[in-house]
Amino acid sequence: MKNKFIYLAILAAGFASCEPEFENEVGANYTSGDADFTTYVAVGNSLTAGYMDGTVSRGGQAYSFPNLLAQRFALVGGGEFTQPSYADDVNNLGGLTLGGIQIGSTRLVIDYSQSRPENLVGTPTIEVSNLQATAYNNMGVPGAKSFHLVASGYGNLAGVALGQSNPYFVRHATTPSATVLGDAMSKNPTFFTNWIGANDVLSYATNGGAQSDGVTPAADHNTTGNMNPATYGGNDITNSTVFASVYSTIVNTLISGGAKGVVATVPSVTSIPYFTTVPYNALPAEATSSNATAIALYQFLAVATGGRISPLNTAAGTKNPVLIKDNDLTDISSTIQAYAAGSGNPLLMANAAALGAIYGQARHATSNDLVVLPASSIIGQPNASATAPFNINGVTWPLANKWVLTANEKTKVANATASYNAAIVSIANANDLAVADMNAIMNQLISGLRVEDGTIYTANYFSAATASTVLFSLDGVHPNPRGYAVIANEILKVINSHYNANLPIYTAANFPGINIVPTN
Amino acid sequence: MRKLLSLTLLALAGSTAFAGGYRVSIQGQKQLAMGHTGVAVVNSAEVAFFNPAGMVYLDKKFNLSVGGNGLFANTKFQNSQYGWEAETKNVGTPFSIYATYKLNDWFTAGLAVYTPYGSAVEWDQDWQGSHLVNNIDLQAIFVQPSLSIRVGEHFSVGGGPILATGSVNFNRNVDRSTTNSQGERTDLTIESKGITAWGYTAGFMFNPTDKLRIGMNYRSEIMMEARDGDATFNDYPEFGTAPTTKFNADLPLPAELTVGLSYKFTDKFLMAFDYNRAMWSVYKNLDVDFTNPDLVDSHNPRNYKNSSTYRVGMQYAANNKFTFRAGWYFDESPVQDGYFAPETPRNDSMGYTGGLTYQVNSKLGIDVSFLYLHFDEVDNSYDYVSDGSSFEGTYKSVVFSPGIGITYGF
Repeated sequence: MKNKFIYLAILAAGFASCEPEFENEVGANYTSGDADFTTYVAVGNSLTAGYMDGTVSRGGQAYSFPNLLAQRFALVGGGEFTQPSYADDVNNLGGLTLGGIQIGSTRLVIDYSQSRPENLVGTPTIEVSNLQATAYNNMGVPGAKSFHLVASGYGNLAGVALGQSNPYFVRHATTPSATVLGDAMSKNPTFFTNWIGANDVLSYATNGGAQSDGVTPAADHNTTGNMNPATYGGNDITNSTVFASVYSTIVNTLISGGAKGVVATVPSVTSIPYFTTVPYNALPAEATSSNATAIALYQFLAVATGGRISPLNTAAGTKNPVLIKDNDLTDISSTIQAYAAGSGNPLLMANAAALGAIYGQARHATSNDLVVLPASSIIGQPNASATAPFNINGVTWPLANKWVLTANEKTKVANATASYNAAIVSIANANDLAVADMNAIMNQLISGLRVEDGTIYTANYFSAATASTVLFSLDGVHPNPRGYAVIANEILKVINSHYNANLPIYTAANFPGINIVPTN
Repeated sequence: MRKLLSLTLLALAGSTAFAGGYRVSIQGQKQLAMGHTGVAVVNSAEVAFFNPAGMVYLDKKFNLSVGGNGLFANTKFQNSQYGWEAETKNVGTPFSIYATYKLNDWFTAGLAVYTPYGSAVEWDQDWQGSHLVNNIDLQAIFVQPSLSIRVGEHFSVGGGPILATGSVNFNRNVDRSTTNSQGERTDLTIESKGITAWGYTAGFMFNPTDKLRIGMNYRSEIMMEARDGDATFNDYPEFGTAPTTKFNADLPLPAELTVGLSYKFTDKFLMAFDYNRAMWSVYKNLDVDFTNPDLVDSHNPRNYKNSSTYRVGMQYAANNKFTFRAGWYFDESPVQDGYFAPETPRNDSMGYTGGLTYQVNSKLGIDVSFLYLHFDEVDNSYDYVSDGSSFEGTYKSVVFSPGIGITYGF
């Protein structure tokens, strides 16, 4: 009997050894390499904060790329990673309120019943004056430009209403006079990511080169030579020398405690669906061919503008470019007014002065102009501040400055972006920091970025066809969770190669894309 | 075991699925213990499966063999590039019932009931490969009446029709990201029961001397045709309505040719050698057609290749009470590189078998067997996911199976 028990024991041991075992378990070769992830701090703007769908929300913030990175760092000694609290976003709506008054929109979703993006219905509960006075590992501040990171008072509640401070930073600045960089350094980082600089040019671009009034041209300080960012308008392009100087200060501060890190370049606007989704020739002939007034008006303008504006093409299947106002054009309003006054047409004669004012700097958009995403909802609609029949946006009412990044404006943006990126790479190289070339990666997205598992991602805006591969959120500028996973992967790969680390990447395809609700 | 694996399954594309399964070579305790040789072995009623032509050589007028196994199949999966880990542990219970009856010196009739396909794979729901398979359960029972005819002193033929009855249940996520509003991944289950199909088996046995037997057996391909099976979407996004549909799919159970010999070195010691060729190349694709025209049919390349299994077994009759058996085989996987899907995570394997019979009396014997199937760790991928991606990783499987049965005859 005893023998039988022995045999049973041997049999049991045999079964236990039947458990499959790998020669190297999955995490066996993970390493931090030359980097020390004990305290990871991320500085940057909305892209670092986890901003998406036009806001920061409690749910969206979880997908910030620094948070994704930190989960990988934790495999090789990375410590706790904290992000600003959005516990007050109880309904996961996003948005912002200041003193109970809504100052930021709720997050965008696709309303399936309407087949369009809409702000989620509801009242935001993220209150700016709900001060946390805490330094976090994620110091991404939506809206921040390079020089804002070192600006005292950028987190002062009193400045929000005056446009002098940033509501997001106000919520967690340790003191009203604290700087973003100072709060970041209070964490004593051993490793950092720095992705700042996009807003130094992007706020100009997303506003179509206009100031906040939507009409007046914003300044390119590479042209003006203005070196004092304190005097810059919100949508101005930061002077490249100023940018390089501030960027150098930021990097030198971040590495002052011996930290290593990754810096990221500024993406080109031409790789962002906010600028590439709405076609310049958005007007189908079917829509304009029945508009006798427009046809007649264009025929008149073709003469009055000396050919700057062409007659509408009414052939079926063709499209007409939208009509835009280009502030860089010579103003020929008096010529147009004179033509109208002498046209013999009662309508034109009665409106001669108005016609001159409306079309004096009007032209057709071309393929070199970028019509911004929000314009899609106003093109073809009557403009409230105009008078019929010269009031249809993009048709008989030229699109205002803010709707279009013209070819000239685009060049300014491109030049500034190139200068910034040259500075970023140069400063990083001088300090032996890793560079995540997000500009190059975003440019690859234009033709299709093939990732490790064979999936091909593009920079397209959401559509039914792209639902499972879209990387951008509904604001057209910021990534969605899947896009942030792609970004995290690119940074992880840079860390692996530059710092001889071995960290696993993410499967972007498993991350959520666009939030679609049945009704809103 | 011949291939614990082999059949396969499906992955669906777009929003579909169907299943394949395993060829489970556990068709008798005595023969399993001998490396699952048997096309030229006349030991018991198990020969009704291995080569019906041999039934006529059984000494007793009536022979019955009944047995079953616990089949434990464990597979681990990992991918260090993504930090993935997953595991599937499954238990199957293949069984067999064989009976023969000697009508006269020239004719023996037999009946075989066995489960050559079955078992299951069950990964964690929503695991990293959930767009290919969450779980699959394929079952098939073969019922095979047979006749064995002696043609002269040294030669016999045998065969019979096979009625296959099967069912399949397969679940996978519809893609790699779609969820409902609670974040639960959308998945699809397809299920079909009571699928029946016919095939046949035929072979011969030649005994040129008292010591040498030579056998050949052929089992035909059987096409399992699932028609109007149920397809059910789960956790479908709230903004849409889950489509209602049925599905049709065909799954081939491939033809198999076996040749072999056995040689009786002494009265007590016998060795057997079998070679199997499974015609897996018939399994090009797993296509699941949805009856709802709004759904994209699922096309899943499989591209299996014909595969061979090499078996050797031996038997030593120690005394009147005890007979010992051992065996070994090499089992080649029909799955080609780049088509390695987690529904059938099996590469080439080596089987080690052993067992014994305790003869209680002249009529009744008790058979036990044990199989250990060794798989090398393998890096492979499935490169034909419908969304254009590839699913890659390292797999390591272990399979073992203890079994018990009785042999009765008079």
